[in-house]
Amino acid sequence: MEKDVFYHVAPFTGFTFPNETEVPWSELIVIYPYITGLVAGAFVISSLHHVFGMERFAPISRFALLTSLCFMFFAPTPLLFHLGQPVRALNAVITPHWTSAMAAFGYVAGFYVCLLLLEVWFSFRADIVKMSQTRTGIMQKVYKVMTLGSDDVSPSALHADHTIARRLAMIGIPGACGLHGYVGFLFGSLKTREWWSSDLMPIIFLLSAIGSGVGLLIVLYVITSWWRKKPTNGGVMEGLLYVLWSGVVIVMVIEALEMVQMIYKAREGVEGVFALIQGPIQIPMVLQWGGSLLALVITSVMMLAGTRGKKLVFWLFTSGLLMMIGVLAMRWNVVIGGQELSKTMRGLMTFHPEVYGRESLVTVATLFTAPFVTLYLAQKLLPTVWEEEPIEPEERVFDIHKAI
Amino acid sequence: MTTQDMKIEKEAGDLSRRDFLGLLGKGAACAGALVGAGSALASAGGGAAHPLGGVGPTFQQDDAQYAEAVKNPPKIPNYNWTQHKWAFGVDADKCIGCLRCVEACKMENSVQMDRNHTRTWVERYAYLEGSNHTLVDSIHDIKNVIPGTEETRFKFDNRYKDGQYEGKKVERVFFVAKLCNQCEKPSCVQVCPTGATYKAVDGPVLIDTKYCIGCQYCVQACPYGARSLNHVRGTAEKCNWCYHRITKGMQPACVEVCPTGTRIFGDRLDPESPVSQFIRNNKVNVLQPAMGNYPNVFYKGIDKEVF
Repeated sequence: MEKDVFYHVAPFTGFTFPNETEVPWSELIVIYPYITGLVAGAFVISSLHHVFGMERFAPISRFALLTSLCFMFFAPTPLLFHLGQPVRALNAVITPHWTSAMAAFGYVAGFYVCLLLLEVWFSFRADIVKMSQTRTGIMQKVYKVMTLGSDDVSPSALHADHTIARRLAMIGIPGACGLHGYVGFLFGSLKTREWWSSDLMPIIFLLSAIGSGVGLLIVLYVITSWWRKKPTNGGVMEGLLYVLWSGVVIVMVIEALEMVQMIYKAREGVEGVFALIQGPIQIPMVLQWGGSLLALVITSVMMLAGTRGKKLVFWLFTSGLLMMIGVLAMRWNVVIGGQELSKTMRGLMTFHPEVYGRESLVTVATLFTAPFVTLYLAQKLLPTVWEEEPIEPEERVFDIHKAI
Repeated sequence: MTTQDMKIEKEAGDLSRRDFLGLLGKGAACAGALVGAGSALASAGGGAAHPLGGVGPTFQQDDAQYAEAVKNPPKIPNYNWTQHKWAFGVDADKCIGCLRCVEACKMENSVQMDRNHTRTWVERYAYLEGSNHTLVDSIHDIKNVIPGTEETRFKFDNRYKDGQYEGKKVERVFFVAKLCNQCEKPSCVQVCPTGATYKAVDGPVLIDTKYCIGCQYCVQACPYGARSLNHVRGTAEKCNWCYHRITKGMQPACVEVCPTGTRIFGDRLDPESPVSQFIRNNKVNVLQPAMGNYPNVFYKGIDKEVF
């Protein structure tokens, strides 16, 4: 217990308030906006096909949707691990205090999970019906249940599926933007912290979310293609290159604008901001800007040179990974950096994350691995996620007897 | 006589009884302050094992007692919160930095004993010769922890001895006591997602520790650093001006033990209360007025450096 008391106490320099030396929001709150960001980014890619009919993205649009759902399942978990009284978490939903920016979280997240579940169901319904007819054993029952009794696969029914899925996606786009803009608002609306209190915060969060989500899809697409021993689709890769390039450019411009504004306005405490950048968050700052800059340079060169084929795959994969790392570092800089600069503007703290324990790096690693595992299981359950593949019922069956 | 009339009469009777007790309390306050400080010291030095580890006062509420208090909160009869508007004054010119207030508060309210959690604290500001900025320290500076107490007892160290600090002359040193400002527009209440923290009609901002989920959004939102997380309870923690005491006509523990009269407490609805007189007779200020929180702790004699 004694250790617990000093759990997140950060060493400080200058003058801080005594209570501030215990950093309230730890690395779990870094991973939370990161995961919701990946959800939003992946969803946008899936919508490019579903809503705007960009055929280029057709091969990965359903995979992007599934990715979005699997990550969304785990978006609230870091918050649960962080709460002092996790059992009471639903108090915020049962009796929301509406002046709080946080009160809506349960509803926003719940709404979004439902929306994603519905869209996934409508997108995959025909396949589920088919598998409920072709599979045997326990999996047949599972698919039967998943059809929810709706096994009509007539052209008109499929058309209805498609229409509904598209409409859901149309609701989902403002939903995804709202979900992540809202996360930015949680931080930006706090007037106490100079580093957070910015009107640009929701936009920065939203745009970097899309950037990191695209990065994730690139990484996942390349890895899964390699895993499935299938070539990557050139059209998809080109499309992802364009989206990633646009993402990096817009994110970097907006983030730079925010920094310049803060420095140019030079309100009380701007020296503290300089000290923060040169001190506790120096390395993540280098990662954030270095990662984004490298991604920008690589993608720009590829755009100019019209790179195709294996080179495109390799360098786009690298850029996607860099973007993911850069955005993760940006989340750290915002969440942890904001707390490392004292409310007095005259002191700095240095946060050292715990490795083991409830709020620790191990927890973060576990919570961040979970969506990938879920995604693996989900694509086992819905093997038609790769649209270009014909269904091979006997080969790809997820059969409990075989698994054992 | 109608039922309502009877009710009014009963309340009036209760009020006069309480006023009488209040008067008694005022008279006893001076004596109480000395006795309180003395007993606090004596007990703190007792050296018994403390649940939070190390040496600490023996009479601080333990977990079981706290659980019991939450389960069966004491009923406060005859207290009408619409008839009070509590306010707090800090006469910074009088503070000597003895930190009896911090100690008394930690004992009275079962605050975590370490230097990183506190409901009230005192800051020390020092101007060195020729400088326009101060050096500031408080109880979380390890040098201000009494050695051997495992961070449970505090005393400002003597770093400005002989008016010198690192070869420079010390021009001026002063202390400022800090505590929750019980703001009129509290940002902590605004951001609480469950409504577990709320503004009482009589002024203080209270926390329902049975309902708080421990998200610490309020800790982030408080501009004054008044809030922290109580790890033992898993809920937010902050000063409530000893609400359990003031509703019984007593003074907050820190006011009670303050030997110099730095801390002043009272009812704004009573023009003759110490705090009303303090605000009326002095040029007072509040902390960080630009935040728009409208604090209810009024300061006399604070410097531009006080944040």
